[in-house]
Amino acid sequence: MSAIVQFENVGLRYGLDSETLSDVSFSLAAGGFYFLTGASGAGKTSLLKLLYLAQRPSRGVIRLFGEDVVTLPRKRLPGFRRRIGVVFQDFRLVPHLSAYDNIALPLRVAGMKEEEVDAPVAEMLNWVGLGDRGDARPATLSGGEQQRVAIARAVIARPEILVADEPTGNVDADMARRLMTLFEALNRLGTTIVVATHDLPLMAQVSGAQMMKLDRGRLADPTGILRYPPRPQDKSG
Amino acid sequence: MSGRAERKAAAAARHRLLPGGRLAGPMPWIIAIMMFVTVLAAAAGLGLGAAVQSMRADLAGRASVQVVEADAQARAALAARTLQALRAAPDVRAADPVDPVVLADQLRPWLGEEAMNGDLPVPALIDVLLTPGEAGPKIDRLRRLLADLSPKLRIEPHAAFLTPLAGLLSALGWLALGAVLLMMLATAAVVVLAARGAHDSHRGTIDVLHLMGSTDVQIARLFQRRIGLDALMGGALGFVFALLVILLIGLRLAATGSDLLAAIALPMRDWLVLLALPVAGVLLATLTARWTVLRALGRSL
Ligand SMILES: Nc1ncnc2c1ncn2[C@@H]1O[C@H](COP(=O)(O)OP(=O)(O)OP(=O)(O)O)[C@@H](O)[C@H]1O
Ligand SMILES: [Mg+2]
Repeated sequence: MSAIVQFENVGLRYGLDSETLSDVSFSLAAGGFYFLTGASGAGKTSLLKLLYLAQRPSRGVIRLFGEDVVTLPRKRLPGFRRRIGVVFQDFRLVPHLSAYDNIALPLRVAGMKEEEVDAPVAEMLNWVGLGDRGDARPATLSGGEQQRVAIARAVIARPEILVADEPTGNVDADMARRLMTLFEALNRLGTTIVVATHDLPLMAQVSGAQMMKLDRGRLADPTGILRYPPRPQDKSG
Repeated sequence: MSGRAERKAAAAARHRLLPGGRLAGPMPWIIAIMMFVTVLAAAAGLGLGAAVQSMRADLAGRASVQVVEADAQARAALAARTLQALRAAPDVRAADPVDPVVLADQLRPWLGEEAMNGDLPVPALIDVLLTPGEAGPKIDRLRRLLADLSPKLRIEPHAAFLTPLAGLLSALGWLALGAVLLMMLATAAVVVLAARGAHDSHRGTIDVLHLMGSTDVQIARLFQRRIGLDALMGGALGFVFALLVILLIGLRLAATGSDLLAAIALPMRDWLVLLALPVAGVLLATLTARWTVLRALGRSL
């Protein structure tokens, strides 16, 4: 399988601080399922931001879909971003839009005809168990419900890459499993999945997933990336 | 649901990307006030321009010939000869002596009753209406003709009396135009502030839209549409009020019965110019909002 994401010696520095990410190199295969783990503050969100083009690296090369995105002119970014779905760690739901309209956003941004929007949005709402909350504003939803809206919004446009930053942090184990099943279904349809999480049992649930571990801004064992495929027996241990 | 209803729903949904209510705070009111002043200034400018024009048109073809001769008999004889010569001149369409009684009436307030009763030499006056066309050369030719006839004849084009007044009026007209341009500038500045404020306060939404692949133009369109609508509301309000004031002033001017003031009537073309102002205002606001938001977006990744 071809590499859909390539990082080469990527460094990220916020302002004048020391580097938040250093010498990060890895490549992800198209159609793979990846977990990104590491202690709080290790730089998971920072790495994902580079991946979903919310941030440019201070150094190094990032290639998405085979193209260098570090030097990409601004006006070509939207085209790339539409191929990537993102579940933000802080959800970032649009506060004045209903759950329904939040989920519909990527379709509308992509210019889908309004009469074609309804069916997929209704389906996604049902999928994340919010079939009857479509009219609710984010502020009136629980943390877990907001997270599910965020996930529905990230996957509705069938992105080629799905980036999820702690997508199960606010839901119970049952819902977490359901969401992972949704991600796996998407993965089977060809979407490359990158999930940042601390949740080892969750990682163990996805067979065939690979794991990257960040340690204070560096990929642990940079020469042997993805050496930590979680195996089911990890769960018991 | 019919196709039309669906399209309407779609449009409504797109508008909802930004929260409902007014986007730009007091901007529509400020634009209303500025449009009000702009339309009044423009109307004043156009009115003055129209007045100057109609005055010039009225007066350009007219002149007076004075017969300055102290002796009444000689004056009457010279006036008769001058009248004949003028009527024969090809540049003159009509020449008529001003009735001395009328002239005396007109001078009385200036010179006083006694002066008029005494034998103060009052010049004889002949009103001359020139043939149509450029007046300057005709006046020059007539001046030479009269000089040949007698050194006691003067010709005075009427337009000359009004040159200072016309100059003042047209200066005021230019001032009004300047005020209109300044108002447009101020409108643009208000829109820049409003658009920046709107952009800043919806930063979170904009970031999310960006990360979903919205283009700058898509985002700018949300703002320019809303700000354009706000400007339309404000502009229409200001325009209507200005129009009411103009109509009221028009009634007052008509009531004075003054020829000079009555000349301040706007031709159709000028009304169209006034109508174009709110349209231009909305266009200006929309484009300024677009430009401002695009610039602000250009600074983000
Ligand atoms: N915008 C920013 N400006 C400055 N420093 C930042 C910024 N974002 C993150 N950092 C710093 O970078 C480091 C890594 O942050 P990051 O959010 O990537 O960690 P994380 O692994 O996602 O942590 P968590 O598990 O708590 O979400 C932290 O020390 C954080 O303070
Ligand atoms: Mg994080």
